Amino acid sequence: MKIKTSKRRTVTPVHPPGPLWQLRLYVAGQTPKSMMALQNLKTFCKTHLKGHYRIRVIDLLVQPQLAKGDQILAIPTVVRLLPKPVRSIIGNLSDTASVLVGLDLRAAN
Amino acid sequence: MKIQRAKFNASARLLPKCPTGIQGLDEITGGGVPRGRPTLVCGGAGCGKTLLATEFLVRGAMQFDEPGVFMAFEETESELTANVASLGFDLADLVRRKKIMLDYVHIERSEIQESGEYDLEGLFVRLNHAIETIGAKRVVLDTLEALFGGLHNEAILRNELRRLFRWLKDKGMTAVITAERGREQLTRRGLEEYVSDCVILLDHRVNDQIATRHLRVVKYRGALHGTNEFPFLIGNDGISVLPITSLALNHVVSNERIATGIPRLDKMLGGRGFFRGSSILLTGTAGTGKTSVAANFAQAAGRRGERVLFFSFEESPNQIIRNMQSIGLKLDPLIKRGLLRFHSARPSLYGLEMHLATMFKEIAAFKPHVVVIDPITSLIESGSGSEGKGMVTRLIDYLKAGHITSLFTSLTQGDHALQQSEGGMSSLMDAWLLLQDFEGNGERNRVLYVLKARGMKHSNQIREFLISDHGIDVVDAYIGASGVLTGSARAAQGALEKAATLASQQDAAQLKREVARKRIALERQISDLRADYESEALELRRIAEQVGTRSIVLGTERAASGILRQADANAAASVPPRSKLLRKA
Repeated sequence: MKIKTSKRRTVTPVHPPGPLWQLRLYVAGQTPKSMMALQNLKTFCKTHLKGHYRIRVIDLLVQPQLAKGDQILAIPTVVRLLPKPVRSIIGNLSDTASVLVGLDLRAAN
Repeated sequence: MKIQRAKFNASARLLPKCPTGIQGLDEITGGGVPRGRPTLVCGGAGCGKTLLATEFLVRGAMQFDEPGVFMAFEETESELTANVASLGFDLADLVRRKKIMLDYVHIERSEIQESGEYDLEGLFVRLNHAIETIGAKRVVLDTLEALFGGLHNEAILRNELRRLFRWLKDKGMTAVITAERGREQLTRRGLEEYVSDCVILLDHRVNDQIATRHLRVVKYRGALHGTNEFPFLIGNDGISVLPITSLALNHVVSNERIATGIPRLDKMLGGRGFFRGSSILLTGTAGTGKTSVAANFAQAAGRRGERVLFFSFEESPNQIIRNMQSIGLKLDPLIKRGLLRFHSARPSLYGLEMHLATMFKEIAAFKPHVVVIDPITSLIESGSGSEGKGMVTRLIDYLKAGHITSLFTSLTQGDHALQQSEGGMSSLMDAWLLLQDFEGNGERNRVLYVLKARGMKHSNQIREFLISDHGIDVVDAYIGASGVLTGSARAAQGALEKAATLASQQDAAQLKREVARKRIALERQISDLRADYESEALELRRIAEQVGTRSIVLGTERAASGILRQADANAAASVPPRSKLLRKA
């Protein structure tokens, strides 16, 4: 089942998603790493999601209690809340290929 | 509690320590884990790492008013709560009262995609948030190594771990970090590299099908600590580490003596029985009456109104009660009055440590004056040699500290080298009674003797003891040319001696008569001699009188004739000497 869908996605790498994508970016203060992650995420979404997305940035220094809910360990972390299932990517998102894999837009290799 | 705290404060000048509240662990470490520093607890699966860490937090929150954060990487909050509920820890309640904060960190490699650089600030934020919410002083990270499984970039991870431990120290958190035991090193991922103040190693070994847990303080920077491996167990109120060597010999001793319930035996022990609080060993081969003597002792104590705890490892309580009834010991009423309690268990039920812990618990709950362990040998056999002796030492120390008189029965195998087989144990005992079988004359008879009794005068004689309908009675054993005589031989010897006494009594009477007769004869002789003497003396007196009168007559005759011859007065005066000369001639 899973293999089937991912195969199809490999055929059409840029797959415009049906429903709205909800993304959360967790940061802890405005560190260079976090800033870069936000920058990279925005660029990525513009390229691949074409307006079907919403990004919410959460600063854990301001709202530390939110870290537990999404099981945040690493900073920065991007969590895809929708579409299901929940996926998460950690790092400054400098590697676009792995972001694609992480967001289920392309199967690993 | 207060005393304990004072003690910890005194040692705080050296290196501040944080009491764990875990039984025995604080004793080994001299006050607890280093305060404000991380402690590494490592061990294989099922060693009790998580439990030790949990107890550290729970005791901290309940006894020392130090709230704690539990960051779990392997078990969820509800799993943890359920797991420790069996030990009587109500985690949910402590969480409600904000004494403990549980934070389950879920990490799953397949759910995380890495892209570019990152750090673990999220973990720091979470931990910090938890610490600040409840004002925590203690932190547990269980098991941090899960991070290695969840994240690819080990370089980042190691860097972040180093930062984490630094950060914990800076925050002044007393932390316990658990880790899996590695094959070549202490932990699988080399966490000891970061946590170097205190390392505790847990171990779970199976020996002769019986599993025992051990704890060892591998390292404790800047503090003295017990370096030995200490057995520990997980009972229903948490972990208890049982240090063997930390016990000092400084028990209070008593001069009070307690009777054994066998009057003649008391007499053998300087007339007053054993010292209170002493440990007594009762050895003997099968069927020599060890349990009977022990039960007698127990009954005597119970009748004095003392509480007796009877540990039996071979017979069920009912069996002992029935058997003792047959020799006139009534244990039932003592049980009903709450003065006697039995605790029966098969030695193979669980390991030696568990037995010891159960016994400690029973003793602590019942607070007995006298403890009987019947027999100690079958218990020791369930452990390996050194373990057994260690256990007896701890048991005796525990009992002595509580001023409890203890009676251990010990079964010796075969009939040679009785002393040798108990070599290891007997040196720990204050008094040692030996029960023995004597075979001969077609019967077996029981004897007992006091092999040693520290600090009291005791009989060195072998005595026979009889078990009858009305208890135990000690009688003198005859020691004849062919050895000790017991049973019917003793009775025969008794008859023989009686006959001999009668014969000698008759002899004496005869001799007496003879002597009397001789005396009469002698007296008669004496009176004869005296009569002879008296008649001779009478004769002598008569002769002397005759001589006297004759000389007077002679003198007067001469004077008369002188007058007649007209001699002078002088001549008359010289007459007596002449007559003297005459008599001489």
